[in-house]
Amino acid sequence: MLPRYSYKMAIRWKEYPTQGLHDELMRGGGRPRDAARFLCQHLKHLSDDELQAHKAAAELAIRVMGITFTVYSQQGASIDRAWPFDIIPRIIAKSEWDSIEAGLKQRAQALNMFIDDLYHDQRIVKDNVFPLEILAGSKNFREQCIGISPPLGVWAHICGSDLVRDKNGKVYVLEDNLRVPSGVSYMLENRQVMKRVFPELFQEASILPVDDYPSQLYDCLAAISPRPLAQPEVVVLTPGIYNSAYFEHAYLAQQIGAELVEGRDLVVGDDDCVYMRAVEGLIRVDVIYRRIDDMFLDPEAFDPGSMLGVPGLMRAWKKGNVALANAPGAGVADDKVVYSFVPQMIRYYLDEDAILPNVETYLCADKKQREHVLAHLDKLVVKPANESGGYGMLIGPQATRREREHFAKLIRKDPRNYIAQPLLTLSTAPTLVGDHVEPRHLDLRPFILSGQKTYVTTGGLTRVALKKGSTVVNSSQGGGSKDTWIVDSEGA
Amino acid sequence: MLSRVAENIYWMARYIERAENTARLINVTSNLVLDLPKTVTFEWRNLVDITGYSTLFDENYTATDDRSVVKFLVGDFRNPGSVIRSLDSARENARTIRDIIPREAWEQINHLCLRCKGTLQLGLSRQGRYDYLRWTILGTQTITGMLAGTMNHDAGYDFLRTGRNLERADMTTRIIDVRSANLLTEQPTDLAPFENIQWMSVLKSLTGYQMYRRTMQVPVRRPDVLKFLFQDKRFPRAFYHAVCEVESCLRDLPRNDGPLRLITQLQRLVSDSKPERLSQVELHRFVDELQAHLAEIHDQISATYFSVALPATAQG
Repeated sequence: MLPRYSYKMAIRWKEYPTQGLHDELMRGGGRPRDAARFLCQHLKHLSDDELQAHKAAAELAIRVMGITFTVYSQQGASIDRAWPFDIIPRIIAKSEWDSIEAGLKQRAQALNMFIDDLYHDQRIVKDNVFPLEILAGSKNFREQCIGISPPLGVWAHICGSDLVRDKNGKVYVLEDNLRVPSGVSYMLENRQVMKRVFPELFQEASILPVDDYPSQLYDCLAAISPRPLAQPEVVVLTPGIYNSAYFEHAYLAQQIGAELVEGRDLVVGDDDCVYMRAVEGLIRVDVIYRRIDDMFLDPEAFDPGSMLGVPGLMRAWKKGNVALANAPGAGVADDKVVYSFVPQMIRYYLDEDAILPNVETYLCADKKQREHVLAHLDKLVVKPANESGGYGMLIGPQATRREREHFAKLIRKDPRNYIAQPLLTLSTAPTLVGDHVEPRHLDLRPFILSGQKTYVTTGGLTRVALKKGSTVVNSSQGGGSKDTWIVDSEGA
Repeated sequence: MLSRVAENIYWMARYIERAENTARLINVTSNLVLDLPKTVTFEWRNLVDITGYSTLFDENYTATDDRSVVKFLVGDFRNPGSVIRSLDSARENARTIRDIIPREAWEQINHLCLRCKGTLQLGLSRQGRYDYLRWTILGTQTITGMLAGTMNHDAGYDFLRTGRNLERADMTTRIIDVRSANLLTEQPTDLAPFENIQWMSVLKSLTGYQMYRRTMQVPVRRPDVLKFLFQDKRFPRAFYHAVCEVESCLRDLPRNDGPLRLITQLQRLVSDSKPERLSQVELHRFVDELQAHLAEIHDQISATYFSVALPATAQG
């Protein structure tokens, strides 16, 4: 007699190749990590058909929930694409996460103190911890912000720091995004999808929830309102529907109950207060969660050609009549050269050692380090100081000779603008590819809110490179995402 | 509610209504032409006159046959009142307020717009025209129904209904004006039997035939049709009804003094009028007057709600 389930099981962990790298779920040899055991057990018992049905259910949920990101088509009109999503979650044990969380809080605190110091006394420069040359060459230092004291002394209210693991499993901070970090809406939506696809696993294990982010975000924003109101007027400022993160802007506005505004909806009066144009008339705005870059914020103060901004906004902000999150000028710390000084900042401002290490970074501005970089271009990753989204990088080991020569020229021409790091072999996690699982590289972007208290998302957005062997996780370049589970296996 | 959002909702509704009205007008006309005696040549160009884009038409078309007119009114992107251009404008307005209107309504608008563009050749052919336009009308009605059934009936919905009804009232006057003037310019006695079917076609352009029969319970004659189309309180496409809809929307909105004053003036003007007694010349003048009122109401709504500016004292 045939067994009842005679069809093929999709996942055989014994055959899963960890390739000598650190895998988030598997130790190798078919043995799962402790926190991932319940998941691996569950997946092992799913047949091909069941696994595909789960995948289809996730895809349907994504379509129904309207999770999209925007890409640009040739006609200039934008198209929304469904967000590529892998149904196998990434798991981190709560015990490990606790220390990562402490490290992120420490980092955000030091970064905010650093920004505040730079726009006031510049003690860190005077005490020779942070070189004046680096500050002088910073593209995101805003002279307009000197002497301004935003509420609570906080500049970067929302920070997204990218974490990676090397092949030994050690966690490093790869970069800090302090301008307009995005991705948190996908973290929230991924969880909603997973609850629909694997409800039984959420009952079985203690998977910590992520859903309180919107209310934390609202509290963080409301706390910096210049008017002490029970319900200050908070708005989300978006560049508009053609921005690739528009979905997130609309989503967050809706989640925190804020109006989603564009620059043309706002106006600054000669009382230097900000108002929004509404059918009720002009309504005073207290807090702006802005999702447009500094340079486009206010055509009077920055780029006069900006159509996205609000004339006079900086005036209103400087007078303390409106709060901006993140504050203008916060991006000064969103610089890969400044990044390399974060461990020193932590020691300088907090008198603590950094809990989370940086990736080893060579500054091309320093002659000795520059020579080292130029001599080892075939082994290093070279990044411009101020780009994001994986643009303008050289991945030395994969580059052609001509590309390396080109970068050598760029570095010699503008050494301040380049840093180099060893090529990390990022950790992997099992990812559904067709009808089986394969390891794919990933990173993690937790979000840190700084206000009266510091809050870190439970986990964050796990971004995964869907192409075999690729370490580029950006959604614009073929990346997808996974849900991130912080699992309390001791408590369970 | 943000002014920009209110304005987008308002225009979205106007464009959807415009697309539907134009589609109805063409379908009914096509049907009427088949019933006319062979000795009469029907002037398709009248339809262009109804929409008010005669100059644009003359600049781009030499022939005034049904093909040219239908191409201009349905598929010509240069014509701001054409079906596909109206749907495209509705879609562009809807796109920027996707987070405000229900998702399925946005999808329907998007789908309708893409389908109408994609199957345009069918709509321009004599055989395919009827189905194409019927499908379009059904599509716009679906949107209207979805919005009624799934959108919060809040200020946004008031702007939606305001836009729809102003557009509707405007179209009703245009159809009455042009159609009655051009029904049969000279009415030789041998064409008398056809007078009836032409007034029926006026009613049908506004899907009013059945409702006219139920409400008026008299034959289809000029004085009664005019009375019905201008003054009926219950027929959705009657001018008076549409104006009352706008009034009820405005009552819900803040700062409504200016627009309400104008709308009540217009209501009084219509209910005090005696359209059944108007000669053709007087009728034309009356329609002009109503249209001027509608334009003024639009301007007032726009100034009050859409172009909110700093008060003089706070001007930067």
